[in-house]
Amino acid sequence: MGLNLSSDIQRIRHDVVVIGAGGAGLRAAISSSERGLNTGVVCKSLLGKAHTVMAEGGCAAALGNTDPRDNWKVHFRDTMRGGKFLNQWQMAELHAKHAPDEVRLLEKWGAVFDRTKDGLIGQRNFGGHRYPRLAHVGDRTGLEMIRTLQDHLIHQKVQVHMECTALRIVKEKGKLAGVLAYWRETGRFVLFECNAVILATGGGGKAWRITSNSWEYTGDGLELAYEAGAELLNMEFTQFHPTGMVWPPSVRGILVTEGVRGDGGILLNSEGERFMFNYIPERFASETADTEEEAERWLDGDKEARRPPELLTRDVVARAITKEVQEGRGSPHGGVFLDIASRRPAEVIRKKLPSMYHQFKELAEVDITAEPMEVGPTLHYFMGGIRVDSTTQMTGVPGLFACGECSGGMHGANRLGGNSLSDLLVFGMLAGEGAADYLDGLEGVPEASAETLDGAIREATAPLNREDGPNPYLVHEDLQAIMNDGVNIVRDKEGLEKSIQAIEDLKLQVALVKAHGSSQYNPGWHEAISLVPLLVTAESVARSALVREESRGAHTRADFPGEQEDWQTRLVVISKSEDGSMAVRQESTQEPPSELSKIAHSSLEDLEGGVK
Amino acid sequence: MSLRNFKIWRGDADGGEFKDYAVECGEGMVVLDAIHRVQTEHAGGLAVRWNCKAGKCGSCGMEIDGKPKLACMTRMSDYDPEATVKIQPMKTFPIVRDLVADVSWNYEQNKRIPPFQPTETSKGEGLVMHQEDVDRVQEFRKCIECFLCQDVCHVLRDHEKEEDFVGPRLMIRLAGLEMHPADTVDRIPIIRKDFGSGLCNITRCCTDVCPEHIGITDNAIIPLKERVVDRYYDPIAWVLGKVFRRRKKKIVKALEV
Repeated sequence: MGLNLSSDIQRIRHDVVVIGAGGAGLRAAISSSERGLNTGVVCKSLLGKAHTVMAEGGCAAALGNTDPRDNWKVHFRDTMRGGKFLNQWQMAELHAKHAPDEVRLLEKWGAVFDRTKDGLIGQRNFGGHRYPRLAHVGDRTGLEMIRTLQDHLIHQKVQVHMECTALRIVKEKGKLAGVLAYWRETGRFVLFECNAVILATGGGGKAWRITSNSWEYTGDGLELAYEAGAELLNMEFTQFHPTGMVWPPSVRGILVTEGVRGDGGILLNSEGERFMFNYIPERFASETADTEEEAERWLDGDKEARRPPELLTRDVVARAITKEVQEGRGSPHGGVFLDIASRRPAEVIRKKLPSMYHQFKELAEVDITAEPMEVGPTLHYFMGGIRVDSTTQMTGVPGLFACGECSGGMHGANRLGGNSLSDLLVFGMLAGEGAADYLDGLEGVPEASAETLDGAIREATAPLNREDGPNPYLVHEDLQAIMNDGVNIVRDKEGLEKSIQAIEDLKLQVALVKAHGSSQYNPGWHEAISLVPLLVTAESVARSALVREESRGAHTRADFPGEQEDWQTRLVVISKSEDGSMAVRQESTQEPPSELSKIAHSSLEDLEGGVK
Repeated sequence: MSLRNFKIWRGDADGGEFKDYAVECGEGMVVLDAIHRVQTEHAGGLAVRWNCKAGKCGSCGMEIDGKPKLACMTRMSDYDPEATVKIQPMKTFPIVRDLVADVSWNYEQNKRIPPFQPTETSKGEGLVMHQEDVDRVQEFRKCIECFLCQDVCHVLRDHEKEEDFVGPRLMIRLAGLEMHPADTVDRIPIIRKDFGSGLCNITRCCTDVCPEHIGITDNAIIPLKERVVDRYYDPIAWVLGKVFRRRKKKIVKALEV
């Protein structure tokens, strides 16, 4: 491997390097290039293929087009309540305030959202949102957004490095020196020399077996930041989307959009009961319909009627489904029924949910306009992530930024549907700005030392150079089994401790894995490399989940049911300790700004005046 | 579960061959699942591109028993259980390795297309466009860039005229801009001259393979051809155009890459 060592490594110079080309990464790169910075985007897949394309339902923004009572304060309040008040207050504020402008900006860059009767951007209902708020394009909103950003970005001063995987944030004497990466096609290493790095790598759902996430979701950014000295926040809050496909086995976990419920779909158990009426939490009781009759009126557009319970927040619905299945009222393949067929004419379903129609027709041979779907929870999203400053998006490591799903704090204990696509726009934009501000007046990049680079390269190529060792694909399957067994939707001390031990044992296997073949476009080798971030991700979730002895939002402990008062003000923070082990500590939250606190606890009537 | 047989192309730009593999396939499995089983059990280094595994990202386009398809949306049950399924990369593009083709040409073509330029709106206001006016543009925007249409297009695949014709994918991109109600740019001259709308001979092969069922030929390419014909080849329209046309849109050149 002499050829690959640092002396003759390829070097590419940028002011800012963005890692990840989903919505957050592309938005950050556009924002950084608008400030005149030479910006590079490094991404594992081809441009336009990142996981954002999978986002279906829509992008939440209080445009007030569909219901004029909506405004940023109601959006902020919904977000805080959905996040069980563990959100970083200022992030939730910035998000709600900037989202409408960001959506309109996308439209100017060519996005074509579905329209209202008046020709404005139409908005749909979604769980936890008081008003129809999600700008959308049928059920392919993510595709529309990523394509719009992509087609805008290619005409900016941004260079995209496709099929390139970041391995290490290179620091010399405490200062950021660049990013070491390798080209997936050739296996060659490349050093991106830069003063600022923006992580936008998404989550780590691939540590679980049942997940809506694609292969790319191996927690790369979490590990890069953690190794560079940044902190991870709220990692115990992993969102299980209530509706993933459950049959056939090969598609188990693939997302079924919440838009099905937003457009009138209902959940039924094997007894035909609309069971969500039995699971309405006290906090939402006053805003949720308690009879089918009222839920029907809401669907017909009666503004006095309250929302159907199928549109409660995702954590509530996912737990309810799990309970129904556990108590023997599940569907034949271990889910529950999601019925839109009996609720909407076939023509409307095909028009509003075209990709759901095709997905079920082609993968499960189910016609959703004629029969119900079978659905169950699937690991979908990380609320937790890299800790960042609320306004600049900078991590604790100077020059290192994070945005989108890989960053933590915005969503607290549970994310509302639709708040992810708006999150990645708002915080992508802010991260680009943050990086540009940081670089103002900063001079000189420290030279990456041969020692640092050689060490990282040796580590990366070890699976190829070994004589023999465990199969990386099978080690990955072992990890997925551990996480699905012990760190699933309902957790307890015993299961978490067992999982942590199993992860520790698996580390020894990962250190020995063998990838056969050469370094050229070798998926076995890529898999071996991704096991490292996957383990950091899995361990940080398990350890944080063990510490939080309560049930809040997406984190459910069978041995500690219900929200605990003293945990309301505590955060779980992960960092790498000096001896290399993972340190977990608790930290008190800061007092919220009083103005924001007032809004979050206001009645809806107080906010509906449209105070903009 | 039953044992199924595959012939999978292995190799790189310097050449390669079909190799035989056999893996157990269960209910509901798609071709991509089978390829992953081959990776896990027999050939860890088998190169394949994929992402979403739900037909939404367009990464896993390849030729399965000679037909361009997405491997993630092609069910094993579509094939005779006794037959061997033959899998190879898209033929029109250069090979990177195994099932992975070099599709970078498509990205370069996209950069040549002058981007959307909307009508002015006042600050804080969105565009006003009605659903019936954006329906057809939305159809084109369903494209997931799998490039199966480019793979099957005779002009690119058999005649190798990639210098003269951008192919169906980019034609629908152009149609999506040209028919956008708020766009202010006139791309008809470059659609004819630089992007080669005249070269398509309407065999509809692209439409047949589109996994998003976009009416590529009928809804995008033919209307663009008609606009070109109206502009350049209809003598009456041409004269009237010279005399009366009020240019609403500004003519642009194709961009240099």
